[in-house]
Amino acid sequence: MAVASDVPKESFRLSMLIYDTRYRSITIQIFVLILFGLFLAWLLNNTAVNLATRGKEFNFGFLWQRAGYDIGQAIIPYTNDSSHFRALLVGLVNTLVVAILGCILATILGVIIGVLRLSKNWLVGRLMTVYVEVFRNVPLLLWILLSYVILSEATPQPRDFRVTDEMAAAGEAPAASMMLFDTVAVTNRGTNVPAPLFDVSLGSVNLLGITLNLTILAYIAVIAGSVWINRLILAGARAQQEATGDRPVTWWKSILVLFGPVIALSLALGLHLEVPELRGFNFQGGILVAHSFTALLIALTLYTAAFIAEIVRAGILAISKGQSEAAFALGLRPGRTMNLIILPQALRVIIPPLISQYLNLTKNTSLGIAVSYLDLRGTLGGITLNQTGRELECMLLMMLIYLTISLIISALMNLYNTSVQIKVR
Amino acid sequence: MKKSVFLGVVAATMTVAGAASAQATLEAVKARGELICGSNTGLTGFGAPDASGNWTGFDVDLCRALAAAIFGDATKVKFVPTTGETRFTALQSGEVDLLVRNSTWTATRDSELALDFVAVNYYDGQGFMVKKDLGVSSAKELDGATVCIQTGTTTELNLADFFKQNNISYQPVTVADDSEAQRQYLAGACDAYTTDASGLAASRATMPDAENHVILPEIISKEPLGPVVRHGDNNWGDVVRWTYYALLIAEEKGITKANVAEVATSTADEEVKRLLGVEGAGDLPTKFGLSNDAFKNAIAAVGNYGEIFAANIGEGTSINLARGLNALWTQGGLQYAPPFR
Repeated sequence: MAVASDVPKESFRLSMLIYDTRYRSITIQIFVLILFGLFLAWLLNNTAVNLATRGKEFNFGFLWQRAGYDIGQAIIPYTNDSSHFRALLVGLVNTLVVAILGCILATILGVIIGVLRLSKNWLVGRLMTVYVEVFRNVPLLLWILLSYVILSEATPQPRDFRVTDEMAAAGEAPAASMMLFDTVAVTNRGTNVPAPLFDVSLGSVNLLGITLNLTILAYIAVIAGSVWINRLILAGARAQQEATGDRPVTWWKSILVLFGPVIALSLALGLHLEVPELRGFNFQGGILVAHSFTALLIALTLYTAAFIAEIVRAGILAISKGQSEAAFALGLRPGRTMNLIILPQALRVIIPPLISQYLNLTKNTSLGIAVSYLDLRGTLGGITLNQTGRELECMLLMMLIYLTISLIISALMNLYNTSVQIKVR
Repeated sequence: MKKSVFLGVVAATMTVAGAASAQATLEAVKARGELICGSNTGLTGFGAPDASGNWTGFDVDLCRALAAAIFGDATKVKFVPTTGETRFTALQSGEVDLLVRNSTWTATRDSELALDFVAVNYYDGQGFMVKKDLGVSSAKELDGATVCIQTGTTTELNLADFFKQNNISYQPVTVADDSEAQRQYLAGACDAYTTDASGLAASRATMPDAENHVILPEIISKEPLGPVVRHGDNNWGDVVRWTYYALLIAEEKGITKANVAEVATSTADEEVKRLLGVEGAGDLPTKFGLSNDAFKNAIAAVGNYGEIFAANIGEGTSINLARGLNALWTQGGLQYAPPFR
């Protein structure tokens, strides 16, 4: 009896690429990939051809040319002799400042509102509902414009602060006056606040093309040191509490450690405030915080806080009622229950959608162009693009930068997210 | 993979925008049956829609003259408002056939932006406007002032240069267009507003308290303003250029909107005959791809250069600009047309 000892060795045929389920999915994927590659090549070729017919070349050399324009609010040093790249950096810093401050303020406000919206107090709860619905249902651009118009139309002109000789003789007060012991002036152009100045300068060092101000570094070092020592003190107190059940008094040590070194450093460097004063057309001296910045920050904060409030509320509601009941049964008061039991657990639900809100806020800063805030969109994507006529390069660069910022925020928040997730031990 | 998707989307956007052909704009316009003219978003006297939506102004009339020259009908033109930021992109991408919106002729725009400025229809310079009660009589007294400035313009760069040369400081407030600049200036958010002197006069004319604002005597730059076309289509550039020159020659020869028909029958001047396409005087206008009576139609539609100037921005209008540099060369100005032969 003849038994087929072996399965006959199957030879590979081309048709198997389509009819054999083992290979089919791979075939389709490769096919789609090739099509996609061709599409991409066609797009790039088309772009190159069209650029060539218009006599334009693709290069980023313009970034090193003299910019030639001025920027109202530059946090890092900038003059019209700086390069377009420097203008890009100025814009980037302006974008980041608004984005970071906006994220921080919106989180604080959003958490407060989200928690209050669940308040048993009927009035407080309804008020917060109204807040959320009003702010998230009106376009952000309108909020930005509204804040800006209010700030610039409801505040006095710089010349209203002036005291003329006749007015002084008649004993009249000027139409407007400065606030907070004559140190802060709010005009229709911006808020002039005092600037910190030092008698002794530590100078600056140039590291790899980046100029570092040693005074600021000294402050950062001292504050970091103070915080670290303070943590040691608190850790010591906790250890003693766990060992003996008796927590030593630490508040005066903390105050001393946190504030002492900073005050000592300030005295050593001769810190004093430069108060703005009216000279000529504007207040001179001090720091001018333009209304475009303030308006953008306020609008972004209020708008995003409404979304964050909803996220926080959802997070809190996701925690089972048994948790708070258990906490109450242990004798914890509602405030501590919220801080120690509910919020830490709710964070797991809150963080992922919160990342999206941070990304939204960061990208929404580009709306600052509506109130002449010169962020990345205003410098690189606005004036530089216009003056050099390099649309493609500027737009690509701008998209790349926004993408990088967003990915960094995402990565950092995901890192934080993993740290608050339930630990499976 | 993510990154290639991103690049693909970018390239797609760019390609769609750049699909216009560089050649044969005149044929495209004729086939479309309508001229598309890039205009201002609204600068009274130069280019602005009136209450009933009709565009009027000095720049607008040049577009109408061109439409009349191409189609024999000055109404076959569509105006697309563009801002200082969007104007050149709109032209390069083929969204508009030409720009006539007080744009300054510079070397960068001629070379790097791949545009051609075909003529100068208004010789201008950058000036400053301040409120009278500020007590400023010269731009050099503006040390420390806040200045409103339109973004994407040559004035932005001139401003920086002027303050640097005079060693004085200023705080720029960058705004998108003329109306926003006016709002900020009137609200007192800036001490001075700077743009082309003609633009300042036009803005002042629309202000409720025009007499309280003064334009400072300093003119800090040369701003030759004129029609712009894409680089590479020379015939189209010639059509625009010579339509404009036809209006200049008409003024020089005393041909007006009212008498153009009569002049065409009675004139003994050979250049006028050639320009108006009178029978037996040759067919020079057809060499541009236009009909023989194209320039006659243009003059009949909007009048000569002097008439356009007087009707829109000249003395007697609310804008009240003197001819100055824009007088004909025979009257001491710079407006000069090459011979039409």
